[in-house]
Amino acid sequence: MTITQNRRNFLASSLGLVVAVSLPLRGRAQSGAALAFQPDGTAAAFEPNAFIRVGEDDLVTVIIKHIEFGQGPMTGLSTLVAEEMDADWSQMRAESAPADDEKYKNLLFGLQGTGGSTAMANSYTQMRKAGAAARAMLVQAAADEWGVDAYTITIANGVLTSGDKTSTFGPLAAKAAMLTPPEDPPVKDPKDFVLIGKDRPKLDSQAKSNGTAVFTMDMDLPGMEYVVIRHAPMLGGTVASYDDAAALAVPGVTAVHQIPQGIAVYATSTYAALTGRNALTVEWDDSVAETRSSDQMMKDLSALATSETGLMIEESGDITSALTGAAQTIEAEFHFPYLAHAPMEPLDAVIEVKDGSAETWGGFQFPGFDKQAVAGTLGLDITKVKLNVMLAGGSFGRRAQPSAQIGSEIGAIAAAAGRDGSWKLIWTREDDLTGGYYRPMTVHKMRGALDADGNITGWHNTVVNQSIMAGGPMEMMMQDGKDPTSYEGSVKMPYDLANLRVDWVRAESKVPVLWWRSVGHSHTAYATEVFLDQLLEAGGKDPVQGRLDLLKSDMTRDRAVLEKVAAMAGWDGQKVKNGKGYGVSLHESFNTYVAQIAEVEDRDGFPHVTKVWCAVDCGVAVNPNVIRAQVEGAIGYGLGSVLFNAITLGEGGVVQEQNFDTYRMLRINEMPAVEVEIIASDADPSGIGEPGTPPVGPAVANAWRALTGTAVTTLPLTTPAGA
Amino acid sequence: MNILTKLTMAAALFAAPAYAETVNGLRTADEFDSITDEAARSAALFEEMFVVIESPRCLNCHPVGDVPLQGDDMQLHQPPVVRGVGDFGAPGMRCSTCHGAENVAFTTGEGSIPGHSPWQLAPIEMGWVGLSAAEICDQIKDPERNGNRTLAELHEHNATDGLVGWGWEPGEGRTPAPGTQDIFGQLTQAWIDTGAACPAG
Amino acid sequence: MTTFTVNGEERTVDVPGDTPLLWVLRDELKLTGTKFGCGVAQCGACTVMLDGMTRRSCVTPVSTLEGADIQTIEGLNTPEAEAVQAAWVNIDVPQCGWCQSGQVVSAAALLYEIPNPTDEEIDQAMAGNICRCASYVRIRQAIKDAAKTLEG
Repeated sequence: MTITQNRRNFLASSLGLVVAVSLPLRGRAQSGAALAFQPDGTAAAFEPNAFIRVGEDDLVTVIIKHIEFGQGPMTGLSTLVAEEMDADWSQMRAESAPADDEKYKNLLFGLQGTGGSTAMANSYTQMRKAGAAARAMLVQAAADEWGVDAYTITIANGVLTSGDKTSTFGPLAAKAAMLTPPEDPPVKDPKDFVLIGKDRPKLDSQAKSNGTAVFTMDMDLPGMEYVVIRHAPMLGGTVASYDDAAALAVPGVTAVHQIPQGIAVYATSTYAALTGRNALTVEWDDSVAETRSSDQMMKDLSALATSETGLMIEESGDITSALTGAAQTIEAEFHFPYLAHAPMEPLDAVIEVKDGSAETWGGFQFPGFDKQAVAGTLGLDITKVKLNVMLAGGSFGRRAQPSAQIGSEIGAIAAAAGRDGSWKLIWTREDDLTGGYYRPMTVHKMRGALDADGNITGWHNTVVNQSIMAGGPMEMMMQDGKDPTSYEGSVKMPYDLANLRVDWVRAESKVPVLWWRSVGHSHTAYATEVFLDQLLEAGGKDPVQGRLDLLKSDMTRDRAVLEKVAAMAGWDGQKVKNGKGYGVSLHESFNTYVAQIAEVEDRDGFPHVTKVWCAVDCGVAVNPNVIRAQVEGAIGYGLGSVLFNAITLGEGGVVQEQNFDTYRMLRINEMPAVEVEIIASDADPSGIGEPGTPPVGPAVANAWRALTGTAVTTLPLTTPAGA
Repeated sequence: MNILTKLTMAAALFAAPAYAETVNGLRTADEFDSITDEAARSAALFEEMFVVIESPRCLNCHPVGDVPLQGDDMQLHQPPVVRGVGDFGAPGMRCSTCHGAENVAFTTGEGSIPGHSPWQLAPIEMGWVGLSAAEICDQIKDPERNGNRTLAELHEHNATDGLVGWGWEPGEGRTPAPGTQDIFGQLTQAWIDTGAACPAG
Repeated sequence: MTTFTVNGEERTVDVPGDTPLLWVLRDELKLTGTKFGCGVAQCGACTVMLDGMTRRSCVTPVSTLEGADIQTIEGLNTPEAEAVQAAWVNIDVPQCGWCQSGQVVSAAALLYEIPNPTDEEIDQAMAGNICRCASYVRIRQAIKDAAKTLEG
């Protein structure tokens, strides 16, 4: 490998003379995320590429192109770099990348973005190459320094060694910075992995356990004002007129402005802003709003399921003949409500406008879109806008906004103020739950055919819901008017169902919809795996063996997770034991294969889930610790929604659920024990943030049906207030 | 007293001329004067006290089990809480974790969180939810199940206790108990004075 | 004007009396470890210690705090809190992290009263703290780990 100087790295190296100030703490790698929004306080001695900085203090900072809101990209991507650099874990730091759709693009999206459980999948090779390049340059620098051949140098735990010469990274950083990065450095053979594949403590756990982690809402800028917005109570509603006299009379309220999103109240404290908002009188125009109730909308979806307006998405064999010639046909219509994501940190953003430029901070999941929105609303050239991606208190899809909702709002707030200054936008929980962008309300109308031996001979599923992608910048990804996010998981099933047809009918509403953890799979897994279970039961088949018998021969990964989970749970064909029901589900999403078995009790007529066994195959398990955590959390997230959650529009279209008293979150006393096993694999890593969510609903519903005989086809399983 | 309460009272006054003295859905003690049989009058007075007792404001914190109810629709309390030792919640999650000395209006939306000092559950032997007027009548006369109170002390409790009185000042988002605490106290006194008879089971 | 002690330091604030303690901590005193999650005492993200007991700061008017003693996540330094935080880090409880200040405060308060809590006692103390990432499996484990540490 030839490594030569270039000018860019020479400039970088001159900064390396500044001694970095942060020191490793307690032998544990730390997150620099809390500092990510600050100008570079510590200088890099060596920046081999856009993803890595090495300081003279030996610290290796990995620039993370994916937002960190709990799924662990800061730890995971840093692990990839540390592996290839042979760094010591205690010297690793992580920092959020700024908005840059070219440098930091998601290789599967073509622009910077986090979603679809792709963070590890698209970064796996890229980040390893980045680390390998840094390693090669450090090795060459050491070879030059010591006058030895590069091949004589080994690195372990961040220490380079050749004969009796040793060095850590720091002393070599300036010299390495003079070299040209290799184009395509070789990466390790997986059998040589030291860090990948082993439990690795997360970089951000300490800051998130002692209150020092800085999220968007925690930011403070000199002279910053606090802003809340009164949004229309009907989704799609607009301001007809408003009276701000009482709001302006509230001490601390400095201004009230109408912006496209509603009425913005500016104040010197959050409390004053909220009090001012409470004092507003607004008349709303609902002429273009959704004014139907959820009940009416569900009836409309149901009617669409039998209309002729659908698109055929998948077909094999002859479903019509299969149904007419069946010994037995079974029908079921599944109803899924709108769902809110409800991340614990409500939406928020901070902006500073000064001398014709703007800087903004937020939990932006598609930062390029938000950056454009800020520039557009303020009439600034895009080069005059800097956007910082902050740690975010959850998202589950809510911050993945092709519409640049928050970028647009924070930009509009600054634009309406019409002056230099800084502002913090805070959404309340009420804003969050009533603000739309829900998981689409959905109907699955299903028909199955059985022959005289109980074999499934026909499967027809008509899915009805709004399109998430239509009408936005993602619409270009739709082909022939089809939005795969509406029905994904109901097609390409792993089962050999000879006569099959899946249709999709697109519904319309003014209610804005969005991807919600696992997107289409959040309802398709439930509908398909519950209905399949009903057909197996009707045909006298065992839920596990029946599925195994139906799996196509090449569905080896599906088969492996199902067999594994059956072994974990000690499945013996008994669906009810000792007063507890047991239910099975199997569902692949985001190229990750998941099987679950749920154990459910009847507590006062209501399902209480005591245990979930889960087998998962997500390819190479970069950090099993994070994978188990994601599966545990995804199970809790999915379980809470199927047990408790519905966003309902009342008469006139006003959202009924205002806060967590009526939109109930799963609590610790409702959380089952979770046992996770990860299938060993050398396949490239696939998603893990979402795939644990889809199977839990059907597993619980199948267990509940086994226990009580009640098939639940309308979610949630109980009313919001619960029992 | 908030405006809504006043309006409700006014509406009740105008809407029910047959009970001119009825206040906020509760008849006053002297409206029972026409019942000549003293035991019958006493039982009728208790039935009127029961109009207050069966209000969600009273029943929600007089559960027969270990979990309080909340709201006008008497749902199970959210977040889940338990009686605990001393009827004051569990270690780490006491009533006072959320409930203060006074009602506190929410700043982010409508409604309020109720408060009073003290704020706690009635002891389990004073549980009322699901019981009939006759059963509760027997219960509150029984020193074993009324906190060892004499009838005079019972009147004192109903007429002047602050937490009982909270039922008529429950904060935004909750319907006040019928009548007023004064009238409730007068009904209690009249019921005692007429022999503290109970309605037929 | 209200004067109270926060993390051992006397603080005087001049804000409207019905301002919730949550916003006083965050906006006035710049103690942002205490989080806003619901504003209605449903989620527990804003939990602090008030005169030795857990308290939801979002429904605590500052006017009620004259002379009060408050500990926030930033000032929590009891043996229980340190054991809880160490256990939290050790098994990587946090995911997004937003609720965890409140979880840690509640868990430390539980262990102060019950050094070796049962699952049921953990549920009762922690059911007021919502974790949307559902890190509950690890919260439960970390509380037990911390209890063991404190046992010595």
